Amino acid sequence: MSVTKKAPILQVDHLKQYFPLKKESLFSPKQTVKAVDDISFNLYPGETLSIVGESGCGKSTTGRSILRLDEPTEGEILFNGTSMTSLRKKELRNIRGDIQVIFQDPYASLNPRQTIRKMLQEAMTIQKVMPKEQMEGRLLELMSLVGLRPEYLERYPHEFSGGQRQRIGIARALCVNPKVIICDEAVSALDVSIQAQIINLLKSMQRDLDLTFLFISHDLSVVRHISDRVIVMYLGKIVEIADKDSLFDSPSHPYTKALLSAIPSIDENHKRNRIILKGDVPSPINPPTGCRFHTRCPFATDLCKTDEPLLRPLTETHQVACHFAENLLSS
Amino acid sequence: MSKEVVLQVKNLKTHFTTSKGIAKAVDGVDFTLHKGETLGIVGESGCGKSITSLSLLRLIPSPPGKIVAGEILLNNKDIVKMKEEELRKVRGNQLSMIFQEPMTSLNPIIPVGEQIAETIRLHQRLPRKKAWQKAVDLLELVGLPSPEKRAKQEPFQLSGGMRQRVMIAMALACTPEVLIADEPTTALDVTIQAQILELMKDLQRQIGMSIIFITHDLGVVAEVCDQVAVMYAGQVVEHRNAKDLFKTPLHPYTQGLLRSLPNIYENQQELQTIEGSVPSPYDYPVGCRFADRCPHAREICRAEAPDLLEMNNAETKVRCFMHTEKWEAIEEKEELVCP
Repeated sequence: MSVTKKAPILQVDHLKQYFPLKKESLFSPKQTVKAVDDISFNLYPGETLSIVGESGCGKSTTGRSILRLDEPTEGEILFNGTSMTSLRKKELRNIRGDIQVIFQDPYASLNPRQTIRKMLQEAMTIQKVMPKEQMEGRLLELMSLVGLRPEYLERYPHEFSGGQRQRIGIARALCVNPKVIICDEAVSALDVSIQAQIINLLKSMQRDLDLTFLFISHDLSVVRHISDRVIVMYLGKIVEIADKDSLFDSPSHPYTKALLSAIPSIDENHKRNRIILKGDVPSPINPPTGCRFHTRCPFATDLCKTDEPLLRPLTETHQVACHFAENLLSS
Repeated sequence: MSKEVVLQVKNLKTHFTTSKGIAKAVDGVDFTLHKGETLGIVGESGCGKSITSLSLLRLIPSPPGKIVAGEILLNNKDIVKMKEEELRKVRGNQLSMIFQEPMTSLNPIIPVGEQIAETIRLHQRLPRKKAWQKAVDLLELVGLPSPEKRAKQEPFQLSGGMRQRVMIAMALACTPEVLIADEPTTALDVTIQAQILELMKDLQRQIGMSIIFITHDLGVVAEVCDQVAVMYAGQVVEHRNAKDLFKTPLHPYTQGLLRSLPNIYENQQELQTIEGSVPSPYDYPVGCRFADRCPHAREICRAEAPDLLEMNNAETKVRCFMHTEKWEAIEEKEELVCP
């Protein structure tokens, strides 16, 4: 993939997203949850960049900050070179047409009292996609694009199955002609046979409509299937960014290694040496000092407890935040 | 095979009477569980796997649900025919269960140690102090760090993985012969899931119990199960040794399911899918329930319902005409008709 040579369509620069906690009493110290803590990455046009990690690592928060559904605490988000963090509401609305989102549970994100037709029309009217007279044709086109029958336009969300609802969620995202789609666990709630249908649909749409995906997921086998590049997050930090093949074939961060080895597989030939991590993910209110993974890392040294490793390039397409990545790679 | 059979389910049918008609959630389930083995029950949502597990403990809310036919033989005693009093002795002592979301099955305002101790006292008539000590021992057994401190905490103070450990400790309190685990790791992260799976395998080795593992995740099945029963539309369609099932799936549904999984070790272009959708439990077709989605379906599949038949050995059972002599006979005939 030579996508890296193009100018990025979306740049995330030192993004921080903190959420203040309610004080327990007047005199207790102010506490914040550092959901996303200083991350930077670029999204290039036409690619699928995935963010993986376990619950609470900040992957969904990153998606929400980009959409400005939560106001970022610090940092910059640039869309085609323009800063999104300083935009006013009206300007933001213009950009929102270009960046759309598909959520995990389409039932929770579709209005139960609107027919599919009304829902799509409303979004297209707000974004001024086209005059009302031309909408009918576009609606039919969208329905066939996502593989739904045209008469479904008159139905309500509760009349559909999970897979069909996800198709509606996709149609709703597509109706305003976006350039970037953020998929937040878009296939996680679906059964495997339905999941495969939706993944194929997303891939074929990307080909046909020249879309860019930011794909947020905890499911590494889906990520391997759909992405060009992958970001691994742990406790609000990026621990590794790499090309898909490079990441899956030679994971360099001990956390990525453990994560990959923990995936149950049906493939007998690939039974990896399982690395079982001890304990739970620490709290993001008081993250560990130094490397955030040192409390669970089997290779941690004293250096890891005090010095925070920065994200640094291993090869041209592979960046990792670990003091000992080279040593681990050779072992 | 001279393995000891612990639990045998024969033609189990659990139906629900609703305003829309009779929902045949479980409609002819057969499987066998041997001592010390792990049997996986897999299938997609709505196939009846959870209703099967609830039926085993007779936990189906009635009405609307009812076990209308079949036998559940635990050490040759039929659970379906047991009276409430007998059942209470079986539950927890011989058959025990863990659920997917521990938060909803633990009491939120009672310390977890207390909840385990209560279970122990109910079944074994131990004095309070001894029961508490046993609860702490159990928490240690399931690998909860600083068990004495944790036993005094309420569920909300524990993480998801710790709560699931507490549930396992509770289920093991009376050393059951059979542990039914209904999606025990589905709500957990993969690294925590790996811990819990490892723990369950370990405990099984120590205690020698049999496990029924209900899940939709085929990867998990491959990791922990010896035998697998694949369910589709309320029935078992394939009952096999796990290794064989993943190597050479026999039923077209199992084949489709395995093919639609994204592979983490290889790059694939397009995922294969199973076209169409599951038939409604209110109105199953006359013939094979998978026929409408099956790439191999023939006339006979729509006219007659196939039985779950033994293949070369008693351990391999498939519900499909493709693997019967009948099929080859038809094949020849069809070839004659259309050259």
